[in-house]
Amino acid sequence: MKKEYTLTIFTENKIGLLHRITVIFTRRHLSIDSLNTSESEVRGIYRFTIVVTTTEAMVQTVTKQIEKQIGILKAFYHTEDELVYQEIALYKVPTKAFAHGDDVESLIRKFNARILTIEPEYIVVEKTGHKQETQQLFRELEPYGILQFARSGRIALTKQIKEITTYLKELEQYHLDTEEEVLTYN
Amino acid sequence: METKTKSKGAGKKETTEKISGAEALLRSLLAEGVDTIFGYIGGAIMPVYDALYNYEDQMKHVMVRHEQGAIHAAQGYARIKRKPGICFTTSGPGATNLVTGLADAMLDSTPLICITGQVGASLLGSDAFQETDVVSVSMPITKWNYQITTAEEIPEVVAKAFFIANSGRPGPVVLDITKNAQIEELEYTYEQTAMVHSYVPKPIPVMSQIEKAAELINESQRPLVLLGQGVTISGAEEEFKTFVEKAGLPIAATLLGLSSFPTNHSLYTGMLGMHGNYAPNINTNKCDLLIGIGMRFDDRVTGNLNTYAKQAKVIHIEIDPSEIDKNVKTDVAINCDAKQALELLIPKIKSNSHEAWLETFSDLHEIEYQKVISKDVHPGSEMMHMGEVVNALSELTNGEAIIVTDVGQHQMASARYYGFMKQNSWITSGGLGTMGFGIPAGMGVALAKPDRPIFVFVGDGGFQMTVQELGTIAQYKLPVKIILLNNNFLGMVRQWQELFFKGRYASTELVNPNFLMIAEGFGVPGKQISDRDDLKTELENLIAFDGPFLLEVKVQQEGNIFPMVPAGGTVSEMRLD
Repeated sequence: MKKEYTLTIFTENKIGLLHRITVIFTRRHLSIDSLNTSESEVRGIYRFTIVVTTTEAMVQTVTKQIEKQIGILKAFYHTEDELVYQEIALYKVPTKAFAHGDDVESLIRKFNARILTIEPEYIVVEKTGHKQETQQLFRELEPYGILQFARSGRIALTKQIKEITTYLKELEQYHLDTEEEVLTYN
Repeated sequence: METKTKSKGAGKKETTEKISGAEALLRSLLAEGVDTIFGYIGGAIMPVYDALYNYEDQMKHVMVRHEQGAIHAAQGYARIKRKPGICFTTSGPGATNLVTGLADAMLDSTPLICITGQVGASLLGSDAFQETDVVSVSMPITKWNYQITTAEEIPEVVAKAFFIANSGRPGPVVLDITKNAQIEELEYTYEQTAMVHSYVPKPIPVMSQIEKAAELINESQRPLVLLGQGVTISGAEEEFKTFVEKAGLPIAATLLGLSSFPTNHSLYTGMLGMHGNYAPNINTNKCDLLIGIGMRFDDRVTGNLNTYAKQAKVIHIEIDPSEIDKNVKTDVAINCDAKQALELLIPKIKSNSHEAWLETFSDLHEIEYQKVISKDVHPGSEMMHMGEVVNALSELTNGEAIIVTDVGQHQMASARYYGFMKQNSWITSGGLGTMGFGIPAGMGVALAKPDRPIFVFVGDGGFQMTVQELGTIAQYKLPVKIILLNNNFLGMVRQWQELFFKGRYASTELVNPNFLMIAEGFGVPGKQISDRDDLKTELENLIAFDGPFLLEVKVQQEGNIFPMVPAGGTVSEMRLD
């Protein structure tokens, strides 16, 4: 059964890693719903958050195939309930929309959105939330005319207790433990 | 680069001096023990070749006739030597001509280091002459790739490439070096690398899984071991033998697992898969325990996964974690090097013999012998069969030669009828099924093992895909003995057309040239036979001949390879005719 899964991938900062990750989705004919990348809590280590809709067997295989790439430190997949996540949306609406009484203003209040900038011709509204929330505001603003709309990829933190720093320590330990063995490799 | 290195001690070089990037590359290769390079010169790699001019006494450069020939030769070399094969090509077309070999090496876990020249860093992305984005092109078909744009990076990146290519599950690495990085100077020091931070080449086995596996093996009444190339890569042939002999485990080899285990051993039951042997395929669906070692449950082995060994528990010993549970769900997964897993398992398994179970293999083999093998090996009055040619060579060489093949019917005949008695004796294109692989791979093998007899079986289709490498073979006098099994068809596809496409032979019949004249034109002597009575004598002459030779054997035109599990079929419903 297909479901929405969020992959969290920790990587080194190397040119081409994004490509290495995305080709793994391409060859499985998987469409990426959203993708975000930024530096993580550990300096020099980047966090990719990728949302994909597929079966668990598929996401499991894909995660393992991503994790084995050189430059990838760790890859996980999670369902919604295992995450705290958020997206941000920006809406550019004509300033005149605010001229018709309190409608738009009350919408902004109701959705807990905020105004980022006010210009003579347009106003930019910001709303953070899950996709259905930002989408709902989109639908309600639509009658007043939306000049531009953009939604970010999902960013997510996991509820799991074991943090990446622990995995990194394990990796360090692995390199220490296998030093002798690796040294005999050739 | 943020590569962390562990010194290897002995491999450490302390010299520091200012040299060009091109020279640094060659010295780095020498420091890694490279003695042979397969390559083809061109504009963007000229500084490297210019530097190579001074090193020709230390490293043999084999100038091929096409870059695809270079990479397949490097594959043959790498697989026999168990160390990375080296290729040099120029940018653009030189580099893109490597693509087939990279894909092949990726699927068959072959360590390669391919050095591709690239336009100068200032021209990158400008559609310069012979510029191709080789890093992007090769991304899905390399274990690792990297573009070097400054000379200083060369020693460290080369060291990293060698470590990555030949550790863990081996694979191909592409290093794309811009022309300016070849020319510019650097302070050269070289240190071998044995550690890449994000990379876990040798996963540590989990002891509880070893215990569980031993328990399943000790309880099993009808076990079957699937022997993959991982056993050879890991150098675990002896441990493997001890393991199966102690517990009396019947074994079957994957296509790439052939020659890791003597074919005359009482526990050896044949090859798995589509054109494998009847007994191991049928018994895959009768066993109570499957033990896959260093193999990946490829679809040519499993057929329909929904009907594959559903009655059996599965133990999977595999170094690549992404292969575990990918195709076949395991009961016990041992994610580590095959040798290490076997060493841990041997003391925990009980001595056993599964005589009654082994007898079922013999009974099934007898059926295959009567219905298929005897007709292939002793076909009577018809044209020669591929199987009888391979069988005759096998007998005359006591199963001790190195066999290299191309892809198709002759490949399956070679796999089925050469009775391997010596380890490390079988080089074929498995996962990718690359026609044109055989002749150049044979070149690489001849350079890697000049002391062993090498025979290349090739069909009339594949022969023409890389025939230009006869020029290389002649130039370097490589003792490659080519046996061309000519049926005037793309035989394997024709067989499928006969069986599954109502005999409509679309584009499979070949209009062939005079192969002997072609070989002669390149300076390779040859002989053609079509009479069975000449077979033994001409094979003996071929074996005795010093140097390259082409023996063309005319075989029956519409012969089929049986038994067969049709694509997507059930292994236990293998067809005998």
